[in-house]
Formats: sequence, structure tokens, C-alpha cells
Amino acid sequence: MDESFRLFPEEASNLARDCDHLLYYLLGVSVFFTLLIFVFVVYFALRYRRKSDNEVPPLVPSPLSLEITWSVIPFILLMIMFFWGTSVYVKMKKPPADGMQINVVGKQWMWKVQHPNGAREIDELHVPIGRPIKLMMASQDVVHSFFIPAFRIKQDVIPGSFVTQWFIATKPGVYHLFCSQYCGAEHAKMIGRVIVLRPEQYEAWLAGAPPDEPPAVAGARLFVTYGCVACHAARAPTMAGLYGSRVQLDNGRSVVADDDYLRESIIEPGAKVVAGFPPIMPSYRGQLSEEQLIDLVAYIKSLGAGASTEGGVRPLPATQPANGFSPDRAPNYPPARQTPGAEPVEVEHGRLGGRPDK
Amino acid sequence: MATIPGDLPYIPAYEAPPTYLNVAHTVRSWLLTKDHKRIALLYLFSITFFFAIGGVAATIMRVHLLAPAGLLVEEMTYNKLFTMHGVIMVWFFLIPSIPTTMGNFLIPLMIGARDLAFPKLNLASWYLFMAAGFFILLALLLGGVDTGWTFYTPYSSRSSNTYVTLAVLAIFINGFSSILTGLNFIVTIHTMRAPGMTWFRLPLFCWSHYATSLVMVLATPVLAITLALVGIERVFKVGIFDPAIGGDPVLMQHLFWFYSHPAVYIMILPAFGVVSELVTCFSRKRPFGYEFIAFSSLAIAMIGFLVWAHHMFVANISIYAGMAFSLLSFLVAVPSAIKVFNWTATLYKGSVALDTPMLCALGFIGLFTLGGLTGVMLATLGFDVHVHDTYFVIAHFHYIMVGGSVIAYFGGLHFWWPKMTGRMYNEWAGRIAAALIFLGFNLTFFPQFVLGYLGMPRRYHSYPPEFQVYNVLSTAGASILAVGYALPFFYLLWSLRYGRLAGPNPWRATGLEWQTTSPPPKDNFEKIPVVTEEAYAYYKLAPQGMAALGSVAAAEARETGGGES
Repeated sequence: MDESFRLFPEEASNLARDCDHLLYYLLGVSVFFTLLIFVFVVYFALRYRRKSDNEVPPLVPSPLSLEITWSVIPFILLMIMFFWGTSVYVKMKKPPADGMQINVVGKQWMWKVQHPNGAREIDELHVPIGRPIKLMMASQDVVHSFFIPAFRIKQDVIPGSFVTQWFIATKPGVYHLFCSQYCGAEHAKMIGRVIVLRPEQYEAWLAGAPPDEPPAVAGARLFVTYGCVACHAARAPTMAGLYGSRVQLDNGRSVVADDDYLRESIIEPGAKVVAGFPPIMPSYRGQLSEEQLIDLVAYIKSLGAGASTEGGVRPLPATQPANGFSPDRAPNYPPARQTPGAEPVEVEHGRLGGRPDK
Repeated sequence: MATIPGDLPYIPAYEAPPTYLNVAHTVRSWLLTKDHKRIALLYLFSITFFFAIGGVAATIMRVHLLAPAGLLVEEMTYNKLFTMHGVIMVWFFLIPSIPTTMGNFLIPLMIGARDLAFPKLNLASWYLFMAAGFFILLALLLGGVDTGWTFYTPYSSRSSNTYVTLAVLAIFINGFSSILTGLNFIVTIHTMRAPGMTWFRLPLFCWSHYATSLVMVLATPVLAITLALVGIERVFKVGIFDPAIGGDPVLMQHLFWFYSHPAVYIMILPAFGVVSELVTCFSRKRPFGYEFIAFSSLAIAMIGFLVWAHHMFVANISIYAGMAFSLLSFLVAVPSAIKVFNWTATLYKGSVALDTPMLCALGFIGLFTLGGLTGVMLATLGFDVHVHDTYFVIAHFHYIMVGGSVIAYFGGLHFWWPKMTGRMYNEWAGRIAAALIFLGFNLTFFPQFVLGYLGMPRRYHSYPPEFQVYNVLSTAGASILAVGYALPFFYLLWSLRYGRLAGPNPWRATGLEWQTTSPPPKDNFEKIPVVTEEAYAYYKLAPQGMAALGSVAAAEARETGGGES
């Protein structure tokens, strides 16, 4: 029974407590004003109840001072809400730089998750406590929304761009994962579980999960398969050191090369053309799945920020260390199942071998 | 009319001139009428019909949600039900509700005019409304729509295989009906006021309808454009909102909410007007802070245009956009708070009578306060992220639209019913219905605040079992609410034949609409009145003046239960 009548969801992330504290203030103000109005309405309605049908009440002046008082006091209380709410929101929106990136792709009607070492899961998300997790999310079809009530986080996953969300899980347990933006027939079934583990349990889980190519490794192969390598670093800008750098555009503006910029430049190359290069790159719209786009960006990211590698394409690691988690750059990634580059590439299906397609 | 025994004291001594109701009886005289009062009744029948359809959809959903896995319908059916509930309740009931019935009926009466400025446009707006209604019913009968009333792309333009195009066509046409009504009200209030009816003598009902009309005229075209673009993208595959063909889905959300947030004010501002009239009449007081209530309506209408993206705090808009829209949303709360305080203060030292309309008005003040406060909670960025798209939002906007607008609509309907029909309804039945609506409403929607904070998303056909208890409470409340809504349907119809004759001014209200007969003659007034004072000059009446204001049909109806017995 206690469980049925619970009023607050679990607090299982660093953002949950901030949201709940904000709620207490909002509730305090709301309860106070609701009671205030309720008490006055009921008291006046009874105290000044009509006594005879011919009763004529006196004129009561409405002083300006009273109008100003009951405008200014709510205004002040509202501004406290604004600044408090904004500070929580800014915290939610600013992921720390050292976050471990987990990729999430939403599609009708499932959440596909990939961990840094390549391990995949569907409608489940395993995360360790105590460590900033940055979710990089994309939608394969329509707008979805990634919602974990126990973490107090929600982010619409909008097709056509990458969106991010971060949190630090604080309490081991199993929590709901919902899609909260209507996305079609089985919207209510686009739900899953978030399994929060202690770090060592998480490592053990990762070790036990079926191995797969890490995103950057898959991206490196796509970079070759799709012929990107033919131009980039020759006729086109080099990818080495690109990520996170400021790019000068041909319209005189400049832009930081973040995930979304890289995505846009693949899908719609004409949108932001780098100064000094002709706008000749073809669009890859419709040719790459969201997961492949994430892989490509992960690869470009793995080439480092500011570093310059000859030829633009960092050689793929031939051998890898034993299965162990490391969020760092490509050379340290845990192993793929097969040695990348040694197998035929199935371009027509837009898929690379060895990846479970679901 | 004067053949019912027991009403002799109210039979006029002279041959009464024909009323707007009995001046002609043919179907043609109704369907081609240019009389604002008859058009108001045409709208009243139409929106009552749509309210019933929307209500049936809500009832099925609430019963379905009794069990976590769902009791009644399949997923797609459920999705179509909440879409139809939203589309019909928003565009075919709430937006037209108070303006097209009471606004149409009362604005000319209140300002001392014989009709609206453009009677033919008024009739045209009803025909547009009915055409829109035809298409939306067609979409419903052919198989329905499942996108939700928000028509978010690219789901609506690419993914859904339901009758989206037909539905957006219906709403497109419906928009023109809304624009014509708003245009008519603006021109009427500017140009048709009786001699001496200055702006600051206008009833607050007219001020709030003026503000509403501004929103109708300025915002509705944007909705028409948006839905037309959704239809074009869907039919001709032109990439506007769908990223797969080069569009931007968030653009659609901006355009949609640019209309649909102001649309919330189309729904609530007329309710403010109704409540201002009810509170003043039933406490016999000049409204406390008349100018503040009047100008706060205009302030809400203006600022209301600048808050739309608070519906998009989790839609990947920039932090700075989020901050700007949050700040503006807080600002719009201030004039709303001013209204609530002024209504409450109007009761102070008044002569308060708790008839059905006043019970509705006081209920409105309480429910709107809760709806407004939960609204500022949602304007709070860090809090909105968690409860966005959950049942918290559902509860919030039902408190505004149902607890607010619909209860004000019922209050106004009871208040002006004697003016519209010439008959009193049964007062005790009215009070019981008002109490059932208030209690049922709270039991239905208050648990949904908790459900939302616990994390239950909206538009879910099934849900995890731990949410069941609050869903059961909500459905229990909905069953009470349904009885509360059904009751007036019966006793109001009953009153048409058996209700006590009302006389011109059963509530002893000031205001021009009460100075003509009930029901009014076709041209409203025998002679256009000359206005010499404000609409709420109760304090100037000595008790004799109060007695002279009109019969005490309301008081007697209260004592006898309203019937002839």
C-alpha cells in the first residue's frame, strides 16, 4: 500500500535533489496562495452573506496601494522561481567535459543504446554510479523524448540533429525509462529500464556483454567505405584536430565543430561551407543511419582536437587491450569482435558486418 | 407564454411584443437569421453536441485507464480517442464556447446595440464552424486521427497513416470562423456602443471579449498557415518540417505554439469576463479595481503572444531562449494574480448570494488559482524538465480549461439562461450540479498532479502498475464529473417548458442586458438606451432602488426550487 500511495519518485541522480528542492519552494508558494484565496473567499462568502433581498452594500474604495502590493509581492516570489529554476536548468544543460559518452538512438518503438566499448542493449541502459554520463541521442524517425523520472531528466530526441543529456547516477537500483513524446501506435510500449550499478558491477556487466565494435572504430571503417577518405585532407578539409575547433566559414562567420555541426556537414554539406574550399561535397541524406552518423562523428572526434595527423585519417588500431572499460580516445578502445578492415564491407545495406541489426 | 397558472404576477399588462424567439418559427428563419441572439443559440446547440462527443471520448479513456494494461481499447484506438478528445474539445468546444454563445448574445445587449457590426459575417462564421465540424466528424467516422491535437511533425506529416489531412483541413476552416467572430466583436465594441457608453463604463465581460478578439484575429492565421504547411508536406512531400526531406521539426513546434499558447487565452479570457460579471452581481458590488481587471485582460493578451516556447523547454531550444520564455511566462502570471485578488476583494463587505452562477464563479476562483499556480511551476525551467509531457501538465491545463473555462461557461449559462429563454432553471438542481462538478473535477484531476510528478507520461495506452491507484481515483472523479455535466442538460431543457417566468431582471443586476425583456425582442431594445453611469453602480441604489431593479424571480425560484409546483 505504501508503494501505491507514494508521492515522490526516487531520487537517483545528482539532478533529482535539485529538482525536488525547487519543488518544495514552488509547493510552499502554491499552497500558501491557494489557502489564502480559499480562506478569504469562504470567509467573505459567509461573513457577508446576503441578509435581505433589498440589501445594498456600501461602496468600498479600491486603493492603489493595495493593487500595487498584491502585484509586487507575487512578482518578487515569481522572480525567485525564475532564478532558482534557471540555475537548475543551466546545470542540467551543461554537461561536464569528462563525461562518459553513451549513444542512444530512438526509433519507433525502442531505445537502442551503445556503450563506449561498443556493447549494445535495447530498451535498457546500464550505468555506473558516481560518474558523469553524457548521452548523445538521435532519432531515426519521429520526435521521441527520453525520460527517466528517478533522475528528473527529460530530453526530446529530435530527428535531424544530435541532442545531449547528462547526469550522475547516485543510487543503485532499477528505474523506469519512458518515451514521453507521442510517437505512434506503440508509444506507450517505448519504455525500458535504467539499471544503475556500482562501478565494479558495471565493469563486470560490460565484460559480460556481447562485444561489438566501438563507435569510433566503426566510424573509421565507414569513413573508408563511403569514400570520405578520398577527399578529406586532400581537396577537402582534414578531419584531424577538427573536433571542437573553430571553423572559418565562407560566409565570413565561424562555428565550433561540435557533434551537431559534423552531423549537419555530412547530411547537408552546403549549409556551412568551410572558407577556401569549393562546395562540392554531395549530401549523404538518406544514405546513413543515425547510428552510422554517430559512428562517423565518434571517429572524427577520436582524431583529436588540435592534433594534426598526416593524411587526416588516423590508422586503425590493429590489436586492442583485453576487455576493460576506457572512455578515452580510439587507440585505447576495448576490442571489436573482428579485426576492423579485415572483412568485406556490405555497403548496399548501409550496415557493416558483425553488428546486430534490430 | 402566459398560459401557465401561478405566474400571474409576471404577466405583462400589455400585449408583449414578439421576442427574438417567437418572431418567426420557420427553419429558414433560423438558418438564415442575422440576429446575433439566434446565432448564439445555433452555436449553443452545435458546441453542446461537440462537448458531448469530446466527453464520450474522455469517458472511454478514463474507464480504459482503470487497469495498468488498459481495459477497453487497443493502442491505436486509444491514440485516436485522445486526439479526438483534444481536437474537439479545443477547437469545437472551448475556443468557441463563451465567445460564440454568450459573447454573441450579450455584447450587443451590454453595449446597447441592436446587433453586431456585421450580422452576415456572424452567420457566415457559424456556417464555417459547421463546415469544419462536418470535416472533423468525417475524419472521425472514416477512422480517426492519432497524432494528438498538437499534430507534431514529422509524425503527422510522414509517419501517421490516419486521416491527418482531413483533420487539419477541418481546423483550417474552423480558424476562419474564429477570426470572423473576433473581427466582429472588435468592430462592434469600437463603433456600436450606445450614447454615453464610454470605454470605462463597459462591462468587464466586454473588455475581456475585446482582448480575446485581438488574440483570435492575430494568432489564428498562424495556426492556419502551420496546419496548411503540415498538409502540404504530407500530401506533396515538400520538405518543410520533416528532416528526412530537408525540413525542421522544431520550426513546426514554434509555429504551432505561437498560435496555441495564445489560444489558451482565447479560452480563459472570456471566462474572466463571465466571472467578473457573476462576482459583481452576486455580491452587488462594483468590481474591486475595475481598471486593473480590465487592463490585466489586455496585458495577458499581449504578453500571451510572447511565451509560446515554454511548451518547448525540452525540445532542444537554446538555454537563453529557455530563459527568455520562462521570464515572460512569469510576467504573464502577474496580471492573472491581480484578477484573482480583485475578485476576492470584491466580495468584501458585499451582499453575497450563493446561487448556482455564484457557486460556479467561486469554484472558478479556487480552481483557476490552482491552475495558475501550477502554471508558474511549469514556467520554472528546472522543474518543467521533469514534469513536461507528464500527467502534471494534463492536470494543470485541465484546471485552467475545465476547472476554469468550463465552470465559468456553466456559471454564465445559468446566469444568462433566464435572459436567453425567459425561464428560470431549478435552483437546487443547479446547486447540486455545481457542487458535483467542483468535487468531481478535483477528484479527477488532482491525483494527476501526483501521477505526473511520479513520472507517468501523457498519451499512454498502458502504464506501470504502481500508477494504478491514482488512475483509479481519477476515474472515480470523472464519473462524478460526468453526472455533474449531464444534470444541467436535463433540468435546463425542463426549464424551457416548466421553469418559472424570469421577468426582465431576475438577479437584480445592473447592466443594460437586464433592462430589456427576457427573452429580448428581436431588436434588443425598444429605444436605444442612453448610458449615464458605469455598469456596476449598485452602491447608488437605495433599497427601494434595488427593489425596483426587477422581480425577485431568482429569490422565489430559490425558495420553491424553481418549478411551478
